[in-house]
Formats: sequence, structure tokens, C-alpha cells
Amino acid sequence: MTDPNRERYRIRETAFYLFTQQSLPACKPVLTPGWVITIFLFMGLIFIPVGLVTLRASHSVVEIVDRYDIECVPESSRIDKISYIQDDSIPKNCSRFMKVRKYMKAPINIYYQLDNYYQNHRRYVKSRSDKQLLHGRKYHDTSSCQPVELNNGQPIVPCGLIAWSLFNDSFTFIRERAELKVNRKNIAWKSDRDHKFGKNVHPFSFQNGTLIGGGKLYPKIPLSDQEDLIVWMRTSALPSFRKLYGRIEEDLDVDDVIVVNLMNNYNTYSFGGKKKLVLSTSSWLGGKNNFLGHACIIVGCSSLVLAIVFTLLHLKYRRPYGDTSYLPWNRKSLSG
Amino acid sequence: MKRYVYINENESSHELYCDNRISNRKYTVLNFLPKNLWEQFSRFMNQYFLLIACLQLWSLITPVNPASTWGPLIFIFAVSASKEAWDDYNRYLSDKKANEKLVWVVRQGIRKHIQAQDIHVGNIVWLRENDEVPCDLVLIGTSDPQGLCYVETSALDGETDLKTRGIPATCMGIDFELLHKIKGVIECPNPDKDIRRFDANLRLFPPFIDNDVCPLTIKNTILQSCYLRNTEWACGVAVHTGNETKLGMSRGIPEPKLTAMDAMIDKLTGAIFVFQIVVVMVLGIAGNVWKDTEARKQWYVLYPLEGPWYELLVIPLRFELLCSIMIPISIKVSLDLVKSLYAKFIDWDSEMIDYETGIPSHATNTAISEDLGQVEYIMTDKTGTLTENRMIFRRCCINGVFYGNESGDALKLLNAVAGSSPDVIQFVTVMAICNTVIPIKSKTGAILYKAQSQDEDALVNAAAQLHMVYANKNANILEIRFNGSIIKYELLEILEFTSDRKRMSVVVKDCQNGKILLLSKGADEAILPYAYDGQQTRTFIEVVEQYAQLGLRTLCLAWRELKEDEYQEWSLMFKEASSTLVDREWRIAEVCQRLEHEFEVLGVTAIEDCLQDGVPETIETLRKAGINFWMLTGDKQNTAIQIALSCNFISPEPKGQLLLIDGKTEDEVCRSLERVLLTMRITSSEPKDVAFVVDGWALEIALKHYRKAFTELAILSRTAICCRVTPSQKAQLVELLKSCDYRTLAIGDGGNDVRMIQQADIGVGISGREGLQAARAADYSIGKFRFLKRLILVHGRYSYNRTAFLSQYSFYKSLVICFIQIFFSFISGVSGTSLFNSVSLMAYNVFYTSVPVLVSVLDKDLSEGTVMQHPQILFYCQAGRLLNPSTFAGWFGRSLFHAIIVFVITIHAYAYEKSEMEELSMVALSGCIWLQAFVVALETNSFTVLQHLAIWGNLVAFYVINWIISAIPASGMYTIMFRLCRQPSYWITMFLIVAAGMGPVLALKYLRYTYRPSKINTLQQAERMGGPILTLGNIEPQPRSIEKEVSPLSITQPKSRSPVYEPLLSDSPNSSRRSLGPGTPFDFFQLQSRLSSNYSRNCKDN
Repeated sequence: MTDPNRERYRIRETAFYLFTQQSLPACKPVLTPGWVITIFLFMGLIFIPVGLVTLRASHSVVEIVDRYDIECVPESSRIDKISYIQDDSIPKNCSRFMKVRKYMKAPINIYYQLDNYYQNHRRYVKSRSDKQLLHGRKYHDTSSCQPVELNNGQPIVPCGLIAWSLFNDSFTFIRERAELKVNRKNIAWKSDRDHKFGKNVHPFSFQNGTLIGGGKLYPKIPLSDQEDLIVWMRTSALPSFRKLYGRIEEDLDVDDVIVVNLMNNYNTYSFGGKKKLVLSTSSWLGGKNNFLGHACIIVGCSSLVLAIVFTLLHLKYRRPYGDTSYLPWNRKSLSG
Repeated sequence: MKRYVYINENESSHELYCDNRISNRKYTVLNFLPKNLWEQFSRFMNQYFLLIACLQLWSLITPVNPASTWGPLIFIFAVSASKEAWDDYNRYLSDKKANEKLVWVVRQGIRKHIQAQDIHVGNIVWLRENDEVPCDLVLIGTSDPQGLCYVETSALDGETDLKTRGIPATCMGIDFELLHKIKGVIECPNPDKDIRRFDANLRLFPPFIDNDVCPLTIKNTILQSCYLRNTEWACGVAVHTGNETKLGMSRGIPEPKLTAMDAMIDKLTGAIFVFQIVVVMVLGIAGNVWKDTEARKQWYVLYPLEGPWYELLVIPLRFELLCSIMIPISIKVSLDLVKSLYAKFIDWDSEMIDYETGIPSHATNTAISEDLGQVEYIMTDKTGTLTENRMIFRRCCINGVFYGNESGDALKLLNAVAGSSPDVIQFVTVMAICNTVIPIKSKTGAILYKAQSQDEDALVNAAAQLHMVYANKNANILEIRFNGSIIKYELLEILEFTSDRKRMSVVVKDCQNGKILLLSKGADEAILPYAYDGQQTRTFIEVVEQYAQLGLRTLCLAWRELKEDEYQEWSLMFKEASSTLVDREWRIAEVCQRLEHEFEVLGVTAIEDCLQDGVPETIETLRKAGINFWMLTGDKQNTAIQIALSCNFISPEPKGQLLLIDGKTEDEVCRSLERVLLTMRITSSEPKDVAFVVDGWALEIALKHYRKAFTELAILSRTAICCRVTPSQKAQLVELLKSCDYRTLAIGDGGNDVRMIQQADIGVGISGREGLQAARAADYSIGKFRFLKRLILVHGRYSYNRTAFLSQYSFYKSLVICFIQIFFSFISGVSGTSLFNSVSLMAYNVFYTSVPVLVSVLDKDLSEGTVMQHPQILFYCQAGRLLNPSTFAGWFGRSLFHAIIVFVITIHAYAYEKSEMEELSMVALSGCIWLQAFVVALETNSFTVLQHLAIWGNLVAFYVINWIISAIPASGMYTIMFRLCRQPSYWITMFLIVAAGMGPVLALKYLRYTYRPSKINTLQQAERMGGPILTLGNIEPQPRSIEKEVSPLSITQPKSRSPVYEPLLSDSPNSSRRSLGPGTPFDFFQLQSRLSSNYSRNCKDN
């Protein structure tokens, strides 16, 4: 072989040449019964155990849920809950009893759950100013915070509907007359505390206006330490959500009765929302959620069923693969 | 309107006529932006995107950052605009080069070197050999004493042979020096684009001959962009300059062609738009109702009691913006990109390079490759397209002796030449010198012939191979080298060919013995009747008929010795006739007639116009692919039918049937049309190949008066032969089929096919011997007819399949994300909250989902070989089976299903304490991305490295990009992705989404693939399981059974290549010979008339 020939040969073999000729080596997978049945079998064999493990993890989570929004309104006021909750002169104290049915290992997360609460409403999610949360009053443009933007011409810190509607029920827990220690630190994301909420930003003119929304903030404490606010401002995408209130760092034994003293301040009555208190342990998968486990098992089972059906179909109706004599033009040419 | 050009008057014309500045530019620097934007915004899709982008500037309603629409929009516009600008800049550069070229122009009586753009009408321009002509000139002087010059007009009409141009009679003999001072007026028409006409007059002012007006024709002009050849110098008067030249006028920007697929995509876009409006209206109403009933109670939303007047509109507009991504903005860019890649694949294809000339195929129009896969009708030219247009001297009959069949007669011919048999030598001499061929000696010593007609070329070359070499032409002396000796002839007169006379003659004087000879060649009917009384011409008539039945072009050669005084007498008359002003052509013909009689007929030559390689196979394959063929030719009916038979165009009896539409009057045409239509209707159910034949005259009447009937015929008939049709009729026929909603492809090679090529949906030009004119006007240019098979079956089909997938996938992925947004709005108080953030939305549309699908341009559902073997599979493309409302509905359903899967799984797996907005949105987005990857993978038929890289690399890129964004503290997504990737529940959710989303799709696809396979599936299975596919069907051309011994004469059909004959005479030994079967008689007409030799291609130009 002469040199130019070899050169040409080499060029012909290069990837770019093959690309230009659309003849790059390709693998062409075919949906053969073997492959497809194997895939479904494999899927079934993966998902059923995964589902079982997931379900087990979910079941290992102990959870106590207590809805308190109706019970905590005195019988006399239940007809008109809205005026009850809006009346500041009435004390909102309330006590609830929770019975531990299963041993709960510390740390036990305390969540408050709101149902039918649209934190994802467009008007609501948009009404905040991330820059102001970080830089405080140095950042002037708070137009995104409408309609809770200014108070007497002074910018509100933190501005916006989300901060303004801060959840303000509070809970204390007593077990056998001794107060349970609730750790309310580190309930917010560390990244939020460090990078999203300013260390030198203090609340200013917050909840001072004519319209009082939810909770108040301590003007002396910088926003980065106001963890309730930080948690609240991580808006939820769903109308039912739980937010972390604190952690109990003691184990709870079976049949322990916990007395919860709470301040029922937050108004969910005007829109028919529910308030719940949740005590929950956690597993490697998070809180109690059977959905993933069930879904995995369903997918796994249906995969297995499909695999079996396909196998039976394949055994019963064996079809010669790729028989070109089935093509109409070939059939015609055979008959005619 | 006339224009008066005053020769050498420098000042007067400046204001009246433009200078010679050529401009092909579409834009100037100033109007570029507005004009380009205006053009871009005249498209509906762009208007839509602009409206959306403008609406997004209103922060009250915009769900996301306006940048997410403006960014891509500006990008898309910038890409289109810079492409336009670049093209325009290149045009400007080439214009500039032409404009600034230096030319010699007479100014104030002196020759000066000036730039071409400064030439004005009336200037005298001097050209040297091989110069390009800068503007349209009227010749007034050349270096040739007879006032002739040669020009190459290939840039103008695509014909590569040299043309002779002469100076007008009044300018004859003007001295070289005097030419500078010549004054006069040329009365010429206003600029037009007809390059075959120039009706003007020239009058010279004293002191030059001032007696009369001298008429000028196109023969006296040299036009812009031609080249001066074989002439030392020439000079002429500029009459048309700049963009007003014939070339400039015929230039035009052809209308952009829209493919059937584009039209379908537009239609589907429209449907999606309507759907979007409906969704927006429903959600808008629901949103307003919800707001008034529920949201007012929600104190934390703090709705004002009284809203502004436009309050009712706010929510619908928000949803409009939220749903605007239903129409993917990326589809235009993606489609443009892949289309240019399809075109590049055609350019690159090494199997479509014409190795004889080294010319690769080229896609001029990069936007219509999909249409190639949807062709239903192919209109083809004959000469040069189906045939090589390379005439090869095949046979001859001299004095009743046949030469040139397989029995080795060719040797006899060679022997006869060598043995100095006088008849044969005379015959070969006529072959060598009775022509207008110009021999050119190349540097290596080989002789090249420049001939105006291919037949003459063939004859001269054949003569040269028979040792009668036409070696040189020196003024009027012709040199012939014969067996080592040199014979000189003095060329006295040329009696040129006209289509009326059908013959040409030369009068030469043998320099050795001073004998004056008249040598003629011509069509049989133009020569044989003029044979001298005693000669028996019956044999010749039979021979001609015999040759014609073999599909050969015949010419009769004859000669006569002239007496000195007879010639002198005639010569005077001829000179007189040549200089008449009125009816010159007729007068000359009359004079010629006086000389051309009493011939001694020497013999008959037969020239074959070879079929191109692979034409029958190509036609058969494409025919099987369901494409109908029409042959539109300027040639004669019998020749056309012969060629049609030999290239599988029509089948011989009894399988095929030819129906003839003829007639000279309306009535006759009408009757014959009705009869044909009747037969056609009856036979349409039978498996018979029925074709109709129509000639130009009948076609004219049929198209004018019986358009409806003819249209019906056109639809019924799969094959048609239209002969003797003009270029405009070719275009009309294409128009007719187009109006019936057929996708037409026109293929041709010559200037006469340009109109048809431009008219058709797809124009294919063969860059053949007739030059590049057709190839330039065409959307695709290929070197050989057989490449058409590959162009359609491989490139067209793949392009269609790929675009079908790409466009539907683009809609699918946009719809998935849009449906998720819609579902989310139901759990967010129908308020129009966007689940996804701006960055993700933009990146999803522009990046994450565009890259993997772009590599689908490498996807091949079937290998090229399989498609070639089963061309019927093209049916899927023709019928638009892969992109139509029902396939689109499938994708629509899939997007709905996938959106439900992603949404339901996400909101349930991430409920309660995990329901943080940013996290949930990223879970849903990653779910979509995972599904996309698997959808593309499932729809890909062949995985190359690039596909793996794009599909799985894209998935990796998604995570990498989001990790990077998650690492930026200022971004809204800070730490989100790290957080998610650490959660086992996130990964379980992803696999759950993939399994639940793809499982049913896979199962359905498998069931359909196995138990209801489409033809494509069957072939795929066969291809991948069975190794080589059995060639069922009649892939190989059947041995043709039409070869039949019909010759009453001793000529036998060559059944195989003749080993002796071939290398002797054919100029390319490899050119395969098609056996041209004599047609079996057809029922409507007999082949009573011979295929007469039309030895010039002039009839093509009719």
C-alpha cells in the first residue's frame, strides 16, 4: 500500500469522516421479548424490595398528630370563632393532652401543621424582598413587598406578606409535671441563617401598622437569629404543610402523657384552615410517609405482572421476528 | 421604450443611465436592522413570542423573570440576523471585487485603465483574451479579420461550449486606430432579461459609413459575465450596465420554499395555540372565581376590596404567560440547526460524488430536506438527465456495408480506413471536417475539441480514433492528420445548421489538388431526397429506420464535388444573401438550397446517447417507493419512448400500455383525451403499467381547454411522457400537479429546465454537460441521475423521520412542563404561581431538553441498505405517517401522562415537612429531565457514541449546572440541589418517576412493536435479527425479455459488450451500454415512423 493510499485510508477511518457519512458505529437495541421481559422482571425485583424497605422506614417513624384549632376555642365562642380569635382581650391559653403510644426516640421533632393554607399563592410568594432580608434598610427597593411595604413612609423590615403573616402560636410541653426541654435552636437551615438573613438586620416598624397580621419579632434580635421567621419564610409549595417548631431531646416512653400548653393566637378560622401539632421521630427517609413505599410496591408488582403477561403472550403467540414476507409488497409479489 | 446609446459621448448618458456598479445586496448598513426585524416579525411565531415577551415586562402578571423569554428571543433573532448579515456581507464582497476590477475603456479618445464600476453607457470597452465581460456590449471590433470572436457563456446560460459572436456589418474593416474615435448611435431596447434576443440598430456617424441603419442581433453582443476566448482582443460599446444588464435583470431572489412538514408543524402550532387559549380562558375564569370566593377570606393574602379596572384580566394574562411555553421557542432554532446539518450531510456524502468530474452533491437550499422524503411525483428531463448527453459514435453504414456490431465489423472499419478504401476515407473525412468544431491544442499536445453540438463532438472524436485527426484550424486552413500525412483544406464557406434546413454543409478546397468539395451532413429527410438521380437511397432509408429503432441518433453524410465556376457564381449570391437586412435567414436558406443537391450519399452514422449509469435501477427503485415519474422532454416522441422503454420508465407490452393523446385541433385532442381517460379508468384496477404520451401541441390545447379532464388524467396516471414541450409547458405541468396537492420534484440539467426546477417543490439540477445553469437554479445539485435514489431514499427519508421526531418531541417536552404548571395552579389557589423558577424554565427549554434531541439527527431507524432494498418503506414518509395530527395526539397524551406522573409522585413524596417550594420545584424538574432522557433513549433507534454522550451527558450536565447554581449564595436555589442529592427519598422518587412514566410507554411500544408491527418495525427486526435480509421483491432488475430479433437487416442487437468494438470507439470504455430493446408494437400506434435523427439539440430549446 502506497503512502497516499494509507493516508486516505486513515482519513476514511477517522471519526469525523464517519460522522459526515452518518456511519458512526451504532448499536441498535431491539425490543425483543427477552429484553423487555428481563427489564420488567428486573424492575419488579428492584422496586418491591425498595418499596418494602421504604415502607418499613416509614412505619418505624412514630408520629402523634393533634388537631387543636377547634378544641382550643371555648365552647361559648365556637359559633363565632373569628371574633374570638380577633379579640385580643381574651386570653388564648389552651391545654392539650397527648398520649405516647409507642416509644419515641430523641430527637423528636415538633411540627405545627397548617391545612388549607396557601403559602404558594402568587400574591403571597412574591411579596418578599430577599435583598432586604439580607441587607436590611440599606436596601431601599422594597416594591416587591407590596402590599406590606411601608408604614408611615418608613420601610418595614422584614417587609412583605410572608413575614407579616408569621405564625404565632406557641407551645410548651410538660411530662409528669416537669417541663420537657424543647430545643428551638437550629430549626432553620444553616444556609439561610448564614447567607439569606442578615446578621445586622433588626426588625423595624414590624407589625406596627393598622393591620396586624401574625406574630411579632423581637426588635433587638437580628433576623439571622429569628429562626421562627426563617422557617416560616421557606414557603411551602403545598396547601398542607408542616413547619418545624423545635425538638424534644428526651426519649418519650410508651403511655407517657404529655401536656401541651399552647397559645392559640393564629387565625385560621376565617378561611377554614386547620391547625395541628405534630410530634414525630424521623428515619433515614425523613418523616412518616407511606406514599413512596406503596408506590414502589405497586410499580414493582405491576412490572412483575407485565413481565409474566408478556412471557405468556410470547409463549402463546410466537411470532417470527422480522419476517419480511409479512410485508404487503412482498406478499403481493409472492401471490402474483 | 427605446434607449439611444451615443457611442463615445462621455457626458450625455451619465444622468440617464446607471453606472456599472453591480449590487446584489439585500440590505445596507442603515436599513439592515429595521428591514431584517420587519422580515423576521412577519412570521406568526415570532409575533407571538414578541407579544409574550412584551407582556412579561408587566411585573404584575409575569410569573417569572422576563429574561427567561427575552434571552432566548434575542438570541434567536441575533442568530437569524447575523446569518443574514453574513450572507449579505459576502455578497457585498463579491460585488466589490467585480466592481473594482480594472478594465480598459476609451476616455477622451485614449485607452485608460479604470474600475469596472465606472463604465458608463456608450463607453467603448476593450477586452483581451480570457477577460470577463464587465457589462453588456455591442461588438464593434475584434482581432479576427472576419470580425468574429468566441465567448464562453457558461455563467449566463450554463452552456460550456464556445459561441461565435461577430461584429455588425458596418463596422467591418474599421481600422484598429480608428475604433477609438468611432462615433454613432445604437438604438436598443430597454433592459430585459431575455438572453436570446437583442433587437437593435446601429448607425455610425461620419466620417464612417453613414448610409444606412445596421441591424443588430444577439449575435453582435457579448453579455456581462461571459468570457472572451480564443480571440486576442475585442472591443464593444457598453449598452446596458450595472444591474440593468441581461444577467442583472434575470437575477432575482427566489421565493423561500416551505416544506409540507413546515406547513404541518405550523398547523399543529396553531392547534396548540387554540388549546392554549382555551386553557387560559378556563383557568382565568376559575382563577377569578376562586379569588372572589376563597382568596378574599384569606387574610394573609390581603386582597384589596377594590381592584383596578383591569383586575379581571390579570389572572387570565398570567396564565397566558404561564402557558406560553406550550409553543416552544426553541423549536425554530433546533429545526434550523438540524436542517442545515441535513444539507451538510448531503454535501458531505461521499457516495454522491461524481467521480468522473469530482463534483460532490450540493444542497443549495438548506431548508427543504424533509420534502425529499415526501416526493410523490418526479418530473424528469430526458437528455442529459436520464442520458449522459455524451454522444458516442456507435455504428455506421457506408455504401451498404455495416460497421459496428459485435461481429467485429469495427475492425473491418479500421482496416478499411487503413486500407485506403476511398469510400470509407471520404466518409471519415466528412466526419472530421464537416462541422464547426474548433480544435484546441493543450499543453501536453493532446487535441481538445470545442464543439457547439455533442453530435459533432462525437463524430470528430470518432474520426480521430479512426486515424483521421482534425488537428488544427488556422484561419481558414484546416489541417487533417491522416496516417502520418497532413492534408490541408481551405475552408471556403460554412452553410450553417438551422432547424428548418436540418442539415449543415461546408465548402472546402483541397489544398493539394485544388478541388472544391461540398460536404454535408444532416437528417435523413434533409439529405436523402437530394441525392443524385442514379443513387439508390432505399438501403439508407432502411438503415436509418433500423438504427432509430435501436434508439440511436442517425445522421446522413453526403458530398459533392463542385466546379470552380459553379462555386464562384454561388459564392457571390451567398455573399449577397448574407448581407441582406430583410429576411436574411430565409434568403440564405434559399441560396444554400441551390448548392445542396445532387448529393452523393456516403453513408449513415449512428450515435448513441448513452443512458447514464444506473438509471433503470434508480427509476425502478423509486417507482417501487411509490413515486410517479413523468418525463418532460423537448425531444421527439419516438426517441422519448425508446429512452423511456430502455430505462424502465414504461414497461413493454403486455405489461405496459401506452396511450397516445394527439391531434392538431381541439376536437381531435378532446376525443383522444376522453378515450385515453376512459381506458385509464378501466385499467386503473388492473396491475398494468399504463402511461400516456402527449406532445407539446396537444398539451397546449389540453391545458387550455380541457384542464379538468387533463388533471384527472394526471392524477390517474402514474407515468407520462410529454414530448416536444417547451420550458414554460414543463413549468405548467409542474404547477398542475402542485395544484392537486402533490409533492413534486423536478430534475433537469439544462437551461430549458430552469423554470420547471424553480416551479417544483424541490428542484434538482444535474451538474452535467449542459453546464451549471440548472444546478444553480436548483435546490439540490447532483452529479448523476442515479444519486437521486440516495438523495430521496436516504437523505430525504432520514430528514423526514428526524424532523418528525424532533418537532413532536419539542412540543412534548414543552407540554410536560406546561401541564405541571397547570396542575400546580390548582393547588396554589389558581393564582398563576409558577412552580419553577426563571432560570430553570429557561434552561429547560433552551438547554436541558434541546441538546439531547439535537443528536437525533444521527438516528437511523433502518440502515441505508435496507431502505434501498425495500424502497416501499418510503410510503411512511410520503403519506406523512410520522408527523400528523394523530401521531401528535400520541405525543400530547404522553406529555399529559408524564406530567401527571411527575406531579402526583412529587407532591406526595414531598408532602408536609418536605414541601418547601424550591425543593419541590427541583424535584419536579429533575423528574422531567429524567423522563426526557429516557423518552429520547426509547425513541432512538441507533445509538452512536454521540447519542450516549448527549443523552446521559445532558443528565449529568443538569446536575452539575444545578450544583453550581446551588453553590452561589445569592441565587434563590442556594444549597437546594446539594440538600436534595443527599436525601435517599429524592433518588427513590426519581427512579419511581422513571419507572412509572416509562414502564407503560415501554410496554405499549413493545406490544405494538411485536404484535402490531409497522412495516418499519418489521424491517428493523429483520435487519437486526436476521443478518442479511433475503431479497424478496424484485430488487434486481429482471432480465429484460424485450430483446427480440426484429431486424430484417443483418444488424443484430448487441447482447453483450463487444470486446473489440468498445475500446476502439467509445471514449470511455467503462460507460456501460444499455441494450436498447426495440419496442414491441403498442396498440394505439405503431412505430411506423423512424426515430429520425435530430442531430442538434436545438429542439430542446424550442
